[in-house]
Order: sequence, then structure tokens, then C-alpha cells
Amino acid sequence: MTLAATSATFRSWRQPSIIPGFGLTFGVAMVYLSLIVLIPIALLILRTTQLSWAEYWEIATSERVVAALRLSFGAALIAAAINAVFGVIVAWVLVRYEFPGKRLIDAIVDLPFALPTAVAGIALTAIFAGNGWVGQFIEPLGIKVAYTSIGVVIALTFIGLPFVVRTLQPVIMEIERETEEAAATLGANRRQAILRVILPTLVPALLTGFVLALARGIGEYGSVVFIAGNLPYRTEIAPLLIVIRLTEFDYNGATAIATIMLAIAFVMFLTINLIQVWARRRFGYV
Amino acid sequence: MTALAQFRRDTDYTQANLALVAPFVEESLRVKTMNVTVENLVKAFGATPALHGVSLDIASGELIALVGPSGSGKTTLLRLIAGLDFPNSGRVLFGNDDASSKTVQERNVGFVFQNYALFRHMSVFENVAFGLRVRPSATRPSEASIRERVMSLLDLVQLNGLEKRFPGQLSGGQRQRVAFARALAIEPGVLLLDEPFGALDAKVRKELRRWLREIHDRTGHTTVFVTHDQEEALELADRVVVMSQGRIEQVGTADDIFDNPATPFVFDFIGDSSALPVVIDKGGVSLDDRTLAIDANGHPDGPATLFFRPSHARLAGQESGTIVGTVIGARRHGDIRRLELEVGAARHRCEIDVPADADVPKTGRVAVKPAKWRLFPRAP
Amino acid sequence: MSEQSLPALAAPATWRAPTAEGRPVRLLLIGVAVAFIVLFLGFPLLVVFIEAFRNGAGAYFGAFADPDTQHAILLTLLVAAIAVPANLVFGVCAAWAIAKYQFRGKAFLITLIDLPFSVSPVIAGLIYVIMFGSHGYFGPWLNDRDIQIIFAVPGIVLATIFVTFPFVARELIPLMDEQGTQDEEAAISLGASGWQTFRRVTLPNVKWGLMYGVLLCNARAMGEFGAVAVVSGHIRGLTNTMPLHIEILYNDYQWVAAFTVASLLALLALVTLVVKSVLEWRFSHELANGPR
Repeated sequence: MTLAATSATFRSWRQPSIIPGFGLTFGVAMVYLSLIVLIPIALLILRTTQLSWAEYWEIATSERVVAALRLSFGAALIAAAINAVFGVIVAWVLVRYEFPGKRLIDAIVDLPFALPTAVAGIALTAIFAGNGWVGQFIEPLGIKVAYTSIGVVIALTFIGLPFVVRTLQPVIMEIERETEEAAATLGANRRQAILRVILPTLVPALLTGFVLALARGIGEYGSVVFIAGNLPYRTEIAPLLIVIRLTEFDYNGATAIATIMLAIAFVMFLTINLIQVWARRRFGYV
Repeated sequence: MTALAQFRRDTDYTQANLALVAPFVEESLRVKTMNVTVENLVKAFGATPALHGVSLDIASGELIALVGPSGSGKTTLLRLIAGLDFPNSGRVLFGNDDASSKTVQERNVGFVFQNYALFRHMSVFENVAFGLRVRPSATRPSEASIRERVMSLLDLVQLNGLEKRFPGQLSGGQRQRVAFARALAIEPGVLLLDEPFGALDAKVRKELRRWLREIHDRTGHTTVFVTHDQEEALELADRVVVMSQGRIEQVGTADDIFDNPATPFVFDFIGDSSALPVVIDKGGVSLDDRTLAIDANGHPDGPATLFFRPSHARLAGQESGTIVGTVIGARRHGDIRRLELEVGAARHRCEIDVPADADVPKTGRVAVKPAKWRLFPRAP
Repeated sequence: MSEQSLPALAAPATWRAPTAEGRPVRLLLIGVAVAFIVLFLGFPLLVVFIEAFRNGAGAYFGAFADPDTQHAILLTLLVAAIAVPANLVFGVCAAWAIAKYQFRGKAFLITLIDLPFSVSPVIAGLIYVIMFGSHGYFGPWLNDRDIQIIFAVPGIVLATIFVTFPFVARELIPLMDEQGTQDEEAAISLGASGWQTFRRVTLPNVKWGLMYGVLLCNARAMGEFGAVAVVSGHIRGLTNTMPLHIEILYNDYQWVAAFTVASLLALLALVTLVVKSVLEWRFSHELANGPR
């Protein structure tokens, strides 16, 4: 009885297949996923229930936490915006033009994915510190990058570029030449074709890349901590504040900040999915 | 007949035809159309030649079809007229104006692309309005007149009520009509259509074919369309341009092309045909040393190809000079039956049509006599 | 673009393809893109090597004599040697279950697998501290049994596994999905077992994609900083991986030594990029497309 019922539910849940191994592979994947990702994250969220709502609110709205979140979010926003502008140019150039060294440039775009963040962090600091490669020339001009929020923006720009470029490239590749030719036969000059036809078709991909870079920037730690200077209230990013709370054994503080960041990450994730659904519904593509 | 002489004859025909249609052209949709002259266009892509000196005169208000197999240069010719590509030599004239120094934007041609190339992020309305909105402010119509013009065009292509839709929400035939309305919106001097029905299924194709003819008769645009479908070309166009390997093989009305093919290629490409290698000697025509009752009609001596249509051949009795062969297959073909034969000593293949109810031996020997035929010289 | 297909006869001087920008615009855009990439990405990479060799090759290689540095390198290799195969097995299992079968909740499952990418690395470390730290859920229980996870190698391995979790799976899933199930069904109907089918039919089709995923997974595993920093406790010679060791040397003002270790990781990144590019150029049709 029970067995028959179970197998009936099972069948309606999954289409039958003659390929063996579903039970084993699905089981391994689910157990591993649960142990490594789902249970630990669930326990983190559960941990916040040890705090009363008032305590949670007090931590979340404390001046230092708000300052850290504002810096993480604000710097990531500026960096993502910079990357959106240059990302479009880089992606366009890499897809549409031929020039010597193109493959090299294309490969280097992925560097932030491959280069450990700590290495990027000390390299950027060596460049922008007061006695550094670039810093020694710009600091006398009154432009201080290292150990300021500008440094944070620089590090997050470094980290975020490939997200925008790699999201845009396939979409630019798929723009049909006929669409641009159609604009031309209808009398549009090149500037009008780019502004009214090409760029609007790139909007969904650009937004997606922007949000991906933003999400990554908000959570970024390694590349930022070296160049930021980490002054409380001034150049202290939210992930660093979590680390500081942990070294103080203030698990409640760390957990509270972490859940706020998880919530932000969730909103970002939701945004990306909404963009994709909207784009697919309206344009029939992403 | 030279192409030019033929052109003159056909132009007269077209003019007469236009005079008939003219009263039906609606005043509001009527545009200033122009004639287009193509002079000696040569085009190569890298080392690959695409057009070898093509010349063509297109009369104002004419509906003309470029037909040929893929790679024949028909789309290249269309793109050169539009200015989407440049010729290596030769020129295109709109009316009396040399268009060589004009950009695509300045040529004011309505181009409908094979896959429509609609702007997917714009509504149907905005797609059609695009060409008006990008005009310089001095010549840009007011918002109200843009709206009026777009709505009347959507009315013309029978898409009223769909103006808020996006291209992704339309069927293939509807997209095709949006592309058409968009091209008409800029009041083009010439309308160029690249395989306008290529991406549609057979039934929609037929409907749109009739629809295109109607629209053309109502608006009177000079229209050039490219197709690989000879049936479409013959049915729709005032004149048909048959192209092959970057050259124009023949220009003419459907009747000319079908009844008077100028070259072996045209005979072979348009309609069904059978071809047999023959030899002309002192005015006599022979197939594998068997003399045929066919007049060489002034063709010079030497190897030649005998072309005839299956429908123009009949089974013969005990006559001399027939083509003799064996039936190797028979297929029902609508109202008739098509026989496949092996003829002559070298067993050449050819086809003839017989009435469906004719009594034909399935495998026996038969004699065939073409009622109409053409001879073309052949390289030995 | 169309510039490539220009005929032997040059275009007239007045001609401009309707789908191309004018030459000045083109050069300007190429200039901006190249300058941005070179300055923002290429230059920092170069600086790593220049700083590492600032005091000459002697100092560079001398830095490797430090036993703590040697230990950091070994620990990094050890962690990657555990984390990468673990995620490889998971990735293959998950891809097989997701790509070769139809079941409800599939899209949601894929989303869950991607989850670690949207979580800050610091939080990745934090969740294990909450679980296994001395004040965590299982801390006291582990303490009683003298099992150390946090501030020890197991914690580092766990945090590394978490941050590199999706790499192999997200590379394989779209690839195996695209290839459908007909090949496998044919193999099964010819009498092959499930394992034989995977090894002889599925694997050859996805091997480059698999390698690609492993490559990226390994690069991240060896270079992870934030997550590992939280769980390691920074015990020199014991729980310091290379990225953590870089931080310690840097904070100790051992500039050249820090950049020396960094140059090793930068080299790893370069090798990763080269192999990745070669895979993309040669086997692009055998890799899942889309942004990575």
C-alpha cells in the first residue's frame, strides 16, 4: 500500500527515464548541498533568533554598522556604475573590432576571477599608497586614494569588471547585422542607430551585469581590506566589521550584520531574476 | 533578342499595365516613385566574384523579381541598390541622380529584410514610427502626424489593434507585415524586399503573395524583390530577372521567361525540362547517330543541347525521326503522368508527360516526339 | 566584422559600411578599452612581479627558505587537493541528476547550487564558526572530544569547499543539458551499465567543460582569502594558507616576501587564464556558453 503510494508520488514528481543512477547522484548531490551550504546558512539565520527584535534592531542601526553598510553599498554602486560604462565599451570593442593584442586583452578581462583577492589587494595598495607607483604622483595633487573610500571604489572596480563584460559579450555577438542595417535604411545615422537600437537591446544584459558586479562588490573582502585603511566609521566595510566582531567573540553582532548582508544579496538575486523574466517576456530573449 | 530590346518591349508592357492599375492607386498612399538604373555593377567579396557587370533598368512603379539559385548574386544586387554595400565598379541611378556618393540613409529606400530585422525592444507602433522619428528636426513630422501616418500604415497592412504589441508577441506573417509597414513609413522612392516570404510556411506565403500584389497596386511603389522561388516570381512580378553566377541570364515577363528561355540555364531553372546532348550537322539534328525530325533552324553545326518541356512532348507512333527509349519509371503528377525514360544508345535520361489515363507500357520501348523545343550550342 | 571581408579592390574613399563606426570613433573606443584594461587589470599584475623582484632574484628565492612560507604553500596545496576533488564529485553527481532527468523543482535546485556565489566570503567563514566555533552550536560537544575544526585545517577545507562549491556543477549542468539524453539512452539500450554509459558516452562529451570547471575551482580554492581568514585563526606554520601568509608578511612590513608569495599566486592566475583561453579558443563548442 504505502510502497505503491510512494512510487506514485515519485512518478508524478519525476518523469520516468531508462537512464540509471538518479537515486545515487541526486542523493549525493542533495546530502552534500545540505551539509555544506543549506544547513550552515539555516543555522546562521536561526542564530539570530537568540537575539530579541530590539537587540537586533539596535545592532543593525548602530552608527558603526550603518556606516560600514553604507560604505560597502555606496562604493559597490559607484564601482558597478564605472564598470557599466567601461564594460560596454570593452565588450563592444572585443566583439566588433579587430586590433593587435585583442586576444590578450580578452583573456586579461578574466584576471579578477583568477587572481586571488589578497594579491589584488596588496598590488593595488602598492600602486596607490602615498609612496606607491601612482600614489606618489597624485598625492601631492591632493588626491588621496589608498586608505580612503576612493581606494575601496578602485578595488571594487577591479573586482567587478568581468561580470559586466562577460554578461554583455554574448548579447552583443547576437545582435543581427540586419537590425543595424534596417536602422540605416530607415534613415538613422550611426549615432541614432547606437542610441536608439543597439544600446536599448543591451539594457537587460547591462542591468544584469551591473547587479552581479554590485552584489559581488558589497560582499567583497580580500581586495579591499589592504587598500581601505579600515578606519571605523570612515573606511570600514561591512564584511570587515563581521570579522572584527568575530575576533571580539561577539557572535551576535557578527550574525546580525551577516543576515543583513544575506538579505541584501537575496534582493540582488531577486532583481536579476526579475530583469531576466521581464526581458524574456518583452523581448523574447535575455 | 538583346536584353535591351527586350527591356524596351517589356517596359511598354509594364507601362500599359500600370495605366490600367493607376486609377486604383489611393491618393493618400500614393508616393513619388522613381525609376532605378543599374549600370555595369561589379562586386567581389575578397577573391570571390559576386556580380560580373550587371545592368538593369527598372521602370517607375514596376514590381520586379530577382530570381535565381543561392549564390547567383541576387541579394548582393539588392544590397548594392540599397547602398548597404558598395560596388567595385559601376553605378546605380535613382531617377537621373547618381547614387554612388549617397549613403544608405540618403538613398531613401525601403528595405525589408529576410528575417525582418524588427527592433525587438520597440512596440509595433515604435518600429513603424522609427524612420520618422530619426529624421532631422527640420523635416521631422509632428507627433500627431507621425501617429496618423503609422496608424494608416498599420491599417494598410491589416495590423490595427496590434500597435502596442512587441515583435516577440507576433506570428511570422504579422512580423513580415510590420517590417513592410516600417519600410513604407519613410515614403521610400524604391521598395526592396529580400526573400520577403522566405521564412514563412507555405500557406501564409500564398496569402501574403496576393496581399503584396494588392498593396503594390494600391501604393504604386517601384518594387524589387528577391526570391529563390520561381513560382513566386512568375506569379507576382511584372517582370522577372533570372540570375545565375553573378550574371543576368534573362529579363522578361513571365510569358517571355517561360515560353522563350534565352539561355540553357533559364530553360533548366524555370519550369520542368528535359535536356539531351545532340549534334547538329548540315542542318540536321542527331542523337547518338540517330537523326531526329527536328529542324536545326539555322543553328551552326557542332554539339548542342536539345531542351524541351515534358509537357511539350508526346508519345509517337511508327514515325521516323523520333527519340526512342525505354520507360524506366512513371509517377503521377497532378492531372498527368510523368514518364522517366532512357533514350538513345548512351541511355540519356529524360522525362515526358502523358495523360493520366494513357495506356503506357510499364517497361516497353516507346518513341517520343517533342512538339516545341530549343537548341543551344554546347561545348564539345 | 565586415572589414575582414573587404574585397581586393578597396572601397571608395567616401564609402562607410552602414554598420560600422567611423575610423576615429573606432580608434577612440579601442584606445579607451585597451587603456582601461591595461591600467586597471594588467598594471596591478605587473606590479606584483616587479615588487617581488625589487631586491633581486636572490631575495626573491631567499623568501622561499622561510619555513612558514613553505608550510603555507604546502597547506594551500593540501586544501585544494581535498576541496577540488570533493566539489568535482559533487558537481558531476549534481549535473547528472539535473541534466539527465526531468523533475519538479529543478530550477530551484540550480539556484541553491549557485547560492555560495552570492554570499560574501566572510559569511562563508562565519557560518562554520557559528556551527563549530567554541561558542557555536557544536562547539562544546567538539571541545569535549578534543576535536578542533575552527582555527584548524578542517575549517579551512570546509570554508574553501563552500566558496568553490558551484564551479564544476554550473559548468557541467548547461553543457550536459544541451547534449540531451539520446546518447545515454542509446548506450543503455545497447546494454551498457550506468557507469559504463557515463564513462564512455557522457564523459568524452563533457571532458573539456569538466576541465574548465576544475581549473576555475582550483584557482579559487588556492586563492580564497576572506572565508579562510575567518576560520583559520592565523596560526603561523599551522593554519596559514598562502593568501593568509601574504597578509601576515605584508602587515609585518616584509614587503618583498609578501610579494614573492603573491607572485606565486599571480603565476597560478596567469596559468589559469592561459589554459582557460586555450580551452575557449579550441573547444568553445564543447564548453557551455554564457557569462561566467
